[in-house]
Amino acid sequence: MFNFLKVWVLAVQDFYILTGQALRNIVRSPHYGDDIIVQMDSIGVGSISIVLLTGFFSGAIMALQMGRALAQYGQTGRTGMVVAIILVRELGPVLTAVVMAGRNSSGIASELGSMTVTEQIDAMRALGTDPIQKLVTPRLIATMIMLPCLTVIADFVGMVGGYIVAHLVYYITTAQYWQTSWQALEWNDVAQGLVKPFVFSFVVSLVGCYFGLRTTGGTQGVGRATTQAVVVASVLIFILTFFIGKVFVSQAPS
Amino acid sequence: MPAEDPPVIRFENVTVSFDGVPALKDVSFEVGKAQTRILLGAAGSGKTVILKTAMGLIRPESGRVFLFGQDITGLPEKELFAVRSKLGMLFQESALFDSLNIEQNVAYPLLNQKAVQCQPGEVRPRVKEALEFVELGQTLKKFPSELSGGMRRRAAIARAVVTKPPLLLYDSPTAGLDPITAYTIMALIIKERDLDNTTALVVTYRYQDGNLVANFRYNPDNGELAGAPAQTQPQTRFMVMQEGRLVFEGSQDELEASRDSYVQKFVRHTD
Repeated sequence: MFNFLKVWVLAVQDFYILTGQALRNIVRSPHYGDDIIVQMDSIGVGSISIVLLTGFFSGAIMALQMGRALAQYGQTGRTGMVVAIILVRELGPVLTAVVMAGRNSSGIASELGSMTVTEQIDAMRALGTDPIQKLVTPRLIATMIMLPCLTVIADFVGMVGGYIVAHLVYYITTAQYWQTSWQALEWNDVAQGLVKPFVFSFVVSLVGCYFGLRTTGGTQGVGRATTQAVVVASVLIFILTFFIGKVFVSQAPS
Repeated sequence: MPAEDPPVIRFENVTVSFDGVPALKDVSFEVGKAQTRILLGAAGSGKTVILKTAMGLIRPESGRVFLFGQDITGLPEKELFAVRSKLGMLFQESALFDSLNIEQNVAYPLLNQKAVQCQPGEVRPRVKEALEFVELGQTLKKFPSELSGGMRRRAAIARAVVTKPPLLLYDSPTAGLDPITAYTIMALIIKERDLDNTTALVVTYRYQDGNLVANFRYNPDNGELAGAPAQTQPQTRFMVMQEGRLVFEGSQDELEASRDSYVQKFVRHTD
């Protein structure tokens, strides 16, 4: 029982140390600009298609279900408003981050895990490079930049998806949909919608790096690290979105 | 009279544990300049741990490690980089970077080890020289996945020697290779020793590897190995590890004369 707790406390401590070192390296030389660009391409540009698909269909589904529910109260015209609020505040950041965790936390964990078990990380240290500076910090910076951008894209595409459904299924006019959406959003929502992906970018990149770098046990260990990275990153995203949401709800004008 | 050179590697009562399980128990030894030390031992006996502890990749739980007379036991990672630039390491699985081609892999220490101070114009000629040393001059643009196991091992030797370090650490250089390729790799290790007069610590479980190193020299005239006359035999000593303990240290004759049943296994196994 206590051993189990000890393992968890140690894991959390190691994760914080990794986070601290990765953040400190942002301002320390050497800087690996090329690696940041490569990671932005791999993590960000490489994820655009799945982010577009999930964003579009989550907005479409929401419009479909909310339109029906609102019809009971004669408020179908407010579908755009509901889609915009839920997408920007919650669903856009969370779904994008979960998709990114599935694609990138796993990818990072398996790549770094393979490097660990084939002694490439040791070789890197032996050849004068700090693996955290070379591997972790560029992935963190790339995710910090790309995840908020992808979230904005997912939000917009989701609202387009919602508009298509609202227009074709519930015959809501273009002006009504976009006007109610626009009016519904406040700065608090936009801030919340941008703070969340920024926080999630730490989870997506660093959880993947953490499990990758502590991989043991050969190829089987790489598989285990990959699974753990996705599970932990996804769960953390849901836990954090609750707490960030709580902070913004308490700050919102009544 | 000049002061005597300090030992290149010195372990003082070094103990290393992983999650409470000891991997090295109270290990002490010294390797002098231009000596070759053959470290024999079964799988899991702690041979690789010794190498990684020697270069500061693993920190000892107790005891002290000296490299070139400098105590590296408590050095922070940044300061260890300078010490590590004085040694080359061949990892067991070669540990070439998958994402880089062979030229970039071999150039890596030249570009990343600050203490090496290699001018940009010198990088390519030195990489070519190192790859020609291991007879892989035509593979610059190939990726590690495109090479055979033996070629990868040779490319890794090129990466280890490209900075011309005075100390080389070889982790099971012949593991998993066929006898002909294994001989080629050992010949390269002997060639490097004889041409550059380097100190080396060679971890292996094959006695014949140690026998080659102890009794053969590289002949630059024909590029082959030749038996060394007794008076010019290289300074080679043997150590044997068993379950984290150093159970034997001595010359080849002493090793062959040992009556310890574990030590005898390594010598007899190859007859």
